[in-house]
Amino acid sequence: MRSVSPRLVLPVLSLTVLIAAVFWLQPRAMSYVGINLLFNLAVPIALATVAQMIIIMVNDIDLSMGAFVSLIACITAAILPTDPALGIAMLVGCVLVYAALGALIEIRQLPAIVVTLGMSFVWSGAAVLILPSPGGTAPVWLTAIMKAKPPFVPVAIIASVLIATVAHLIVMRSSFGVKLRALGGNARAVSRSGRSTVLLRASAYGLAGIFAMLAGMALVGLTTSGDANIALRYTLLSIAGVILGGGEFTGGRVSPVGAVIGALTLTLAGSFLSFLRLSPDWQIGAQGAILILVLAARLVVRQAEKRS
Amino acid sequence: MVVRTGDDQTGAQAVPVVELLGASKSFGALKALDHVDLRIAAGECLGLVGHNGAGKSTLVNLITGLFAPTEGQVRYAGAANHLEAGIRAISQEGTLCPNLTVLENLSVVQRDLTGLGWRRRAADRIRSALDVIFPGHRIRSDSLVIDLTLAEQQMVEIAIGFADGLRPARLVVLDEPTSSLDASIAAQLLAHIRRFCAEGGAVIFISHMMGEIFDTASRIVVMRDGRLIAERPAGQFTRQGLVDAMGHVTESDVQPSPAALARALGDKSQAILRTPEGIEARKGEIVGLAGLAGHGQAEALARFYLSQSSDWHGAARPAAAFVAGDRKRDGLMPIWSIRRNLTLAALDTLTRWGLIDTAKEAAIGAEWQRRIGIRTPDMGNPILSLSGGNQQKVLFARALATTAGVIVMDDPMRGVDIGTKTEVYDMIRHEAARGRTFLWYSTEMDEIRNCDRVFVFRNGTISAELEGDRISEENILAASFQFDEDAA
Repeated sequence: MRSVSPRLVLPVLSLTVLIAAVFWLQPRAMSYVGINLLFNLAVPIALATVAQMIIIMVNDIDLSMGAFVSLIACITAAILPTDPALGIAMLVGCVLVYAALGALIEIRQLPAIVVTLGMSFVWSGAAVLILPSPGGTAPVWLTAIMKAKPPFVPVAIIASVLIATVAHLIVMRSSFGVKLRALGGNARAVSRSGRSTVLLRASAYGLAGIFAMLAGMALVGLTTSGDANIALRYTLLSIAGVILGGGEFTGGRVSPVGAVIGALTLTLAGSFLSFLRLSPDWQIGAQGAILILVLAARLVVRQAEKRS
Repeated sequence: MVVRTGDDQTGAQAVPVVELLGASKSFGALKALDHVDLRIAAGECLGLVGHNGAGKSTLVNLITGLFAPTEGQVRYAGAANHLEAGIRAISQEGTLCPNLTVLENLSVVQRDLTGLGWRRRAADRIRSALDVIFPGHRIRSDSLVIDLTLAEQQMVEIAIGFADGLRPARLVVLDEPTSSLDASIAAQLLAHIRRFCAEGGAVIFISHMMGEIFDTASRIVVMRDGRLIAERPAGQFTRQGLVDAMGHVTESDVQPSPAALARALGDKSQAILRTPEGIEARKGEIVGLAGLAGHGQAEALARFYLSQSSDWHGAARPAAAFVAGDRKRDGLMPIWSIRRNLTLAALDTLTRWGLIDTAKEAAIGAEWQRRIGIRTPDMGNPILSLSGGNQQKVLFARALATTAGVIVMDDPMRGVDIGTKTEVYDMIRHEAARGRTFLWYSTEMDEIRNCDRVFVFRNGTISAELEGDRISEENILAASFQFDEDAA
């Protein structure tokens, strides 16, 4: 095995710097409760980022991530507690539709950006139909998992490590993940070797759908209720997380561990700006500035690598 | 040098790995492969030679199962398809995934590398293949392909072709396998091919390096215009025989190009352009860039054209204009009208106060419709309503409608019917007589004959400069392929 990939150096560095800055501004955050509060909301974002990463890995982009996660949240809050069988069937159905979208995109050679943009309205509409006004309740077991208090390490950290590990094993280590990455790297080579690119793209979308489903459920576990607009900003957050984590838009070059770190960094950036007592009006702009800063740093590092 | 003698006899008796029976393949009106019969037996190395468009790639694609033949049959002995038959191909286009490691790339090709411990098995297979073919290589099986040098990537691709798998390799197709390898590494590969064939494997070897073909092939097949023209044991071919076979023998009577006779071009010192590669042209000269496709001609043209134009602003009087060969990628504005497509390059001369003078635009459109014969009732129709040949005429008119003194043409006649070609050749000669210079990359021999001077490219550099009577198919072929002096 090679040592840590150079792709991960910058994401790890930016997260460390941000954590140090937060602890310096607010030393009380350096506790079990503080850390859990800081990273709690990062868990669903990390799951959505991994889902987005799998789509980006096959050279596509998913503009429906936020709407899909919102729909899952509505199903989890409104239907799963009252009618578990129907709820589970709907969740599975959503994942299957995701896989079918992947197949459609490959068979018809459609641009994923258009298909997913169109689907985002479908997901949003379905979410409003299921839950016209914010409400519902989280299933008890889900809240229990998300609000558990294991000794020593907060659940947010355990969950992040678990997500990164599972995603790494599936995407980077398994032969299945290698084939999915091959589709992003050189689709022609994959079809020349006699494999079905339709099946592979459908599996990639299905796998992304599973992670996105977990993101929606985790979100409800934290907020204890659903809303049709609860996760709309996840679309851009997940894309930013993938890129922050060292992934690239094309060529199947992604890092699951990096994606989780990217999601943590983005979440932390919000808290950091609050601790700076920055007016909420400026926060989104400032978050964007942090993103641009990290990307610029990456570009500089890349160019230095190329020259050497 | 021939490796084994009397091979054709044993080859004929042995069970063929693959057999083509009257196989044809057409793409629309173009017949890329025309009733080819060929059998490749275990233990033989078949050298496949031919010029651009001779049908080599189509033949290989039929054998490797990428296309089905439109007529005839491709038969694999004792196997239903090319995968079961153990046929592997290493193509020029590159079949590696750059974002994966070396061993992961092997698992993309080999189906049985799944389940627990697949990485170890993949690493063992690729390492032993690399060790056998390229002893002393320094490629790690867990390196990312993108981090390897071009030569190392080619070595990995070759090793994947020969590596052990669920079904052992029985026929490996190597298309220009040594293009990025240096001489010592290439020699290792050739030695391995001989060893592989001696142990009962079969190889199809395509190369522009004739020395390599003579070194390894037991039998040489020459293709031209989609047919097998000659097929003999390697020892019975000579350098001259190969060149003769590849060319159109009937048209060997060379006449000086009519373009050159029509006008006086002055002596060579009057060149109006010189490129770093060594291409020169005089005013009013038609200069051809020939050679096998992909040997640096298009790049040389692009470098020259880009050096003549600016990234920042358009010029009302450009020094050079470009005619694209790949219409979809480099030429057409697909949703624009024919007229807009035509006047695009001359737009700066049509502009007054930042607005386009539509009357002037319509006049230019009408003039060129008449001069070059664009067949449409209305120049306002969408460009895609035209046939391919007429679309290409529009791109020609776009370049000629400018005041540019040099017209750069990147194989513009690809897939154009013969009637259109003749009309455009006339137009080119006419414009050259009026003092315009043409730089013309073409993969087709009869087009190159229209040139006053020809530069033949090989491996990215000019291997021959031909002028006047010396522009002949034979000379171009001889310069396109590399003959080692001792080979034939």
